[in-house]
Amino acid sequence: MNLLVAPFADNEFMRLALVASVLVALTCAVAGTWVVLRGLAFVGDALAHGVLPGIATALLLGVSGLVGAAAGALVMMAGVGLVTRRLRLAGDTAIGLLFVSMLALGVVITSRSESFTGDLTRILFGELLGATRGKIGVQAAALAAVTATAVTCRRPFLMLSVDEGLARSAGFSARLFHALMLAMVAVSVVTGFQTVGTMLVLGMLVAPPATGALFARRAGTMTAIAAACGAASCWLGLLLSYHLDVAAGASIVLVSTGIFAVAAVAKEVARAGRHDDELPHAHGTVHLP
Amino acid sequence: MSAAGTIVASQLAVGHGHRAVVRGIDLDVPAGGLLVLIGTNGSGKSTLLKTLAGLLAPIDGGVTVLGRAPGDDPRRTAYLPQHPVSSHTLPLRAADVVAMGRYARRGLLRPLRQDDRDAVADAMRRTGADATADRAVRDLSGGQQQRTHLAQVLAWGAEVLLLDEPTAGLDLNGRATVARIIDEERARGATVVLATHELADAERASTVVLLAQRVVSCGPPSEALRDEHLRECYGFTQPH
Repeated sequence: MNLLVAPFADNEFMRLALVASVLVALTCAVAGTWVVLRGLAFVGDALAHGVLPGIATALLLGVSGLVGAAAGALVMMAGVGLVTRRLRLAGDTAIGLLFVSMLALGVVITSRSESFTGDLTRILFGELLGATRGKIGVQAAALAAVTATAVTCRRPFLMLSVDEGLARSAGFSARLFHALMLAMVAVSVVTGFQTVGTMLVLGMLVAPPATGALFARRAGTMTAIAAACGAASCWLGLLLSYHLDVAAGASIVLVSTGIFAVAAVAKEVARAGRHDDELPHAHGTVHLP
Repeated sequence: MSAAGTIVASQLAVGHGHRAVVRGIDLDVPAGGLLVLIGTNGSGKSTLLKTLAGLLAPIDGGVTVLGRAPGDDPRRTAYLPQHPVSSHTLPLRAADVVAMGRYARRGLLRPLRQDDRDAVADAMRRTGADATADRAVRDLSGGQQQRTHLAQVLAWGAEVLLLDEPTAGLDLNGRATVARIIDEERARGATVVLATHELADAERASTVVLLAQRVVSCGPPSEALRDEHLRECYGFTQPH
């Protein structure tokens, strides 16, 4: 028991890391529910990488990385919309083009920094064990904003996830609510990068909600399962990181994808068991005509 | 244009983007009327329905639904697409999918009330979807899914119903159910627009539009479905 609690009881940096990462997990559970239901994982990935040049520029200029990340996310979202509409390219092609361009631009800008490797690693993989009360406050505000948006827009979000035409015929603007959905993803990425990094925040956006989708029949239940899985991943991941001396953010994401894998296998086994029970048994003789 | 018509169109051109599929559509459908759109594949039936639903902008001409631009009052117009989506990521219950038909009425935040729940239950009973109310729509047969989507449209409680091939995938009982529902909706004063390939449906209409990427004929069934029009549209006529 001591192994599970003592690292947090004895170390303030571990307590702060736990609070910060759980807030990221809850934010990502709410936004990620719609990432999974609307099929936006690639957009989420692109946003996570698209913020890199913004953060790198901000760091070079001595401005907050958060401001740079927000600017990068805005450029990315506007760029995807523009390329899709004007060039009539498929959405994933437009996203792919911008994604690699922004990633390469971020690396180029970062390479102008004197501490290139350290900066890039910090941006990509976060600084979870360096969580501060200020960062926790920003993350709590992000959670509140994302949750308020998801609760307010749950009906159009659900309809958009089923069929865009259905949402529009019910009077909900597909463009507005899709943009709000993307904004939730962007807020999760922009605020989460400080904790788990731009590479790993996508794992928190996708893995816990995907676990929720295995068992839920409603979006709210899916979010609740995702939140529980995400919070458990933070606790277990931080313990692994502490005891095995490995990277904290990556440990959390590995645990969350591991929970998904175990849940998916358990569900398949249960389904196979039910199917066997439903097969007709040879109770009698079959009479062929 | 007549001010009395529920659906009024004058020299309407419908299509996708700037490309017109059909031009020169004139309509004046009264409340309680049944407008049947019939014609060859790709003739423009679904495009016209989507335009009346406000999902496609008219390319040219004028059109009003309940005196307003299409799509302006989503509470009063319900639309059943030709291929409603049933392959949901979540195993959404049929009853929950039908309940979405009340969202236009309740908007973003107003909670569903007892009368909404009654409307959902009534719609599911009328289409026979109540038998599968608790099952996941994605696990239902094609016909059961269609009954669920039709129930969603009925739960809307709209004054105009736009139905794109609602009998697709339905058995004989299902087809009879759809015919009965259309009669019931008209009896309560709703206007129904039906895209179909069934001549029997067209013969029950108040107005028929025969389409083949143009308006071949338009009028009461006895006029619109004359042999020369059917021959012009399909290249042959129905055996009498």
